[in-house]
Amino acid sequence: MPFKDIIGLSWGALMAYRMRSFLTALGISVGIAAVVLLTSIGEGVHRFVLAEFTQFGTNLLAVVPGKTATFGVSGAIVSTVRPLSLADGEALARIDGVVAVVPVVQGNALVEAQSKSRRAFVFGVGSAVPTVWRIKVTTGKFLPAEERGTARAFAVLGSKLTDELFGGTNPLGQRIRVGQERYRVIGVMERKGQFMGFDLDDAVYLPAERALELFNRESLMEIDLLYEPGASVDRLVTDIKRALVSRHGHEDFTIITQKQMLDVLGSILDVLTFAVAALGSISLLVGGVGVLTIMTIAVTERTSEIGLLRALGAERDQISKLFLTEAVVLAGAGGLGGLAAGVALGQILHALIPGLPVQMSWGYALAGEVLAIAVGLAAGVVPARRAAKLDPLEALRNE
Amino acid sequence: MIRLQAIERRFAVGDEAVYALNGVSLNVEKGEYLSIMGPSGSGKSTLLHIIGLLDRPTAGQYWLAGKDVTGLADEERAQIRREKIGFVFQLFHLVPRLTAAGNVELPLTLAGLPREEREERVREILAAYGLSARARHVPSQLSGGERQRVAIARATVTRPEILLADEPTGNLDRGSGREVTGIDRVFGHP
Repeated sequence: MPFKDIIGLSWGALMAYRMRSFLTALGISVGIAAVVLLTSIGEGVHRFVLAEFTQFGTNLLAVVPGKTATFGVSGAIVSTVRPLSLADGEALARIDGVVAVVPVVQGNALVEAQSKSRRAFVFGVGSAVPTVWRIKVTTGKFLPAEERGTARAFAVLGSKLTDELFGGTNPLGQRIRVGQERYRVIGVMERKGQFMGFDLDDAVYLPAERALELFNRESLMEIDLLYEPGASVDRLVTDIKRALVSRHGHEDFTIITQKQMLDVLGSILDVLTFAVAALGSISLLVGGVGVLTIMTIAVTERTSEIGLLRALGAERDQISKLFLTEAVVLAGAGGLGGLAAGVALGQILHALIPGLPVQMSWGYALAGEVLAIAVGLAAGVVPARRAAKLDPLEALRNE
Repeated sequence: MIRLQAIERRFAVGDEAVYALNGVSLNVEKGEYLSIMGPSGSGKSTLLHIIGLLDRPTAGQYWLAGKDVTGLADEERAQIRREKIGFVFQLFHLVPRLTAAGNVELPLTLAGLPREEREERVREILAAYGLSARARHVPSQLSGGERQRVAIARATVTRPEILLADEPTGNLDRGSGREVTGIDRVFGHP
């Protein structure tokens, strides 16, 4: 019997019990809608977080002081970590392929201006921040490049801090006090939002050299490097290691490439998305039990029909395929309904809560539909085998 | 065409063996018309079920068109039923959700005939049994006689070599029994 005839007979059987078929398919729909909706939120969060991390560009490397490693001899060897200095940053800037370098030291301090004061993030940085971190200056200019030991007391403010301290007045040329030092405001940064809990707009940018003094630190907290788009990251890492080892005597620093960071983050987010998909699949499983129940009832109810088909010459395999197709059609149709409902719910949710990142994942949607069909197949196997095993004469007597 | 030798059909009822058929031998040639008569419980239906390959004898041998079919596998028996045998059941055994045309079409669908050919044959046979106007009606919308005529049309639509009818009018009242005129035409006996 051709497959289209099997589909035709199965469809006819399903349509004979419209409401029952609809409710059974609805069970699968709810499961698929849950999978689609949850994975859409998971994928949205995934993209949102990755976008947060890549907003500063993708060709970035960070060097941080200290090295975590396990050595063969314990206890007796005293580990010495040399501070990461401004001179280290200058040395790294000379490496072939490095576009710009930003030394970073950060903390929190009271910022005073005129009669107002506010606690804000303090970023001690270099002049290349607009290039490396991709933050623009909207008013004035950013900190100038200056020789080591000659950094002037200039400050650049984040947009929120500017609003808080100066309201509507022009802050350029105004004096502010950060800790015990007085600084002259030479620029205001564009609005950038939050990143990993740091409000980049509620911050003041000072020369790294002066921030080190402010926080009484010897070492930078980080050196960020922007490299040329086509540059080999492996080669750069080797060159950075060689340059710093020659300066420090041994490897007492850690190099973090953005790719490493994004890979780890991506895999964590993938696990999270998969976990929410698995949660949604529980309801799909319940839908599958619904299909199994209905198909079992259908075989019992239609025993006489099965007997007739067998008496007319239908093979066991044909009977099995008929019931299996019914289960798959039920689950497949339910799955498609669930996909549509999941997408629609995602859109509605996004419209109601614009801040919630919702991103439809076609990969998961397709996997959901395949899963729905698989659930239909699995749920249909036992009833279909039962139907196929029926003795034609016994089944006919069932009427 | 049909040759039965010492056919026995024994059923176990508790510890007791009950014989529905015991040592039945029979020859039916091609084109021959045979009526089997006997009181209720004499084994008429059991004999038809064995001839129709719906049941297996517990002893004896059965040759169909010269071939020993006694020990055939289930699927081979299904193939013979599909290709060579038409069966009219005492009860209607129509699929309630299918129309008259759909019920008659069923064996042709199982045989894998193309849709156009199926529709043509169904149209012809429904017309022959005076059921053209009922083609789109489901069994619950048909009279007893019409249902049985649909059952006969279904048994004959595949043009089987053997047609078995198990009390085709037994489940009908006198008037409806007369309505089943097609059965006589099929067997060539007015």
